[in-house]
Amino acid sequence: MKKYLVLAALIACTAQAQNHSGLEFASEEIRRLQASDAENPGMLWVDQGAKLFAQKCASCHVSMKGVATRYPAVEDGRIVTLEAKVRHKEAFAYESDELLALTAYIANQSRGMPIKVSPPAEKLDAGRKAYYQRRGQMNLACAHCHEQNWGKRLGAETLSQGQPNGYPAYRLEWQKMGSIERRIRACMFGLHAELPAYGSDAMLELELFLAARASGLPIETPAVRR
Amino acid sequence: MALARIELPHDARRGELVEVRIVIQHPMETGFRRAPQGERVPRNAIHSLVCRYRGAEVFRATLSTGIAANPFLRFFLRATQSGDLDFWWLDDDEVQGAAQTHLVVSP
Repeated sequence: MKKYLVLAALIACTAQAQNHSGLEFASEEIRRLQASDAENPGMLWVDQGAKLFAQKCASCHVSMKGVATRYPAVEDGRIVTLEAKVRHKEAFAYESDELLALTAYIANQSRGMPIKVSPPAEKLDAGRKAYYQRRGQMNLACAHCHEQNWGKRLGAETLSQGQPNGYPAYRLEWQKMGSIERRIRACMFGLHAELPAYGSDAMLELELFLAARASGLPIETPAVRR
Repeated sequence: MALARIELPHDARRGELVEVRIVIQHPMETGFRRAPQGERVPRNAIHSLVCRYRGAEVFRATLSTGIAANPFLRFFLRATQSGDLDFWWLDDDEVQGAAQTHLVVSP
């Protein structure tokens, strides 16, 4: 019941087009799971990341506080995600426990800090175009659910704004940690659209736009999502 | 790669009930899922877990595939003296896991 009141309050302020974290659309139980580091299963990956970081990264890097707020960034005309940055020395497979652990550990150090991504206009426009592009057999764009209809129901689900600030996040559906790229692919799968490959330009442009759109939202890694 | 997180209160008074929480990284495979190529993913779940406090068994759990991945367990024990809490578990692949923590008890 409380949940619906919160949602009603959310919907009441749609006019201001504010950003709302996926956390606000989650159930009481999931919010409680995320709030407690002793119970949040995503913390297992953060712990593993701390160990890996000490082994593989600590000879050059010390604190990673605030780093995750700036990614994806544009470096030398190319979009670089936190995952890509971690892979610069050792090419961990996408969605491997090692890569998820390291990115979760790094992003966790920025927990509570607002996303601050300011990409050059042409890169951002490419992502914006992808965001409003209809795709798949469902013939829907990201915006149809996550901009025009968030807060409403799609079957048993409440549509969120599709904000990336909790990722890498622990999804109950996956029973493990996953990246925002995996989450985007899950959306594309639902649309019966072609799944953009991990690290591909199509994926990176969309990720960049999502992060720019989420500017100001606090990082929640490791978030818990349904 | 047995990874677990154990959470205890920072300290406890003698005779106090202490909340023990543990999350274990484990896929808890049901044996019913199929991999992308269609082959069956074999069942692999933690089936036994034991906790010893200062060498004596204080908690035992029998788990099965109905429990989600990365199982979370919570129980209470009565603090007597400072000492180690030893967790030990075994899964269907006969892989053992262990984790240890220390409970500080003030008189």
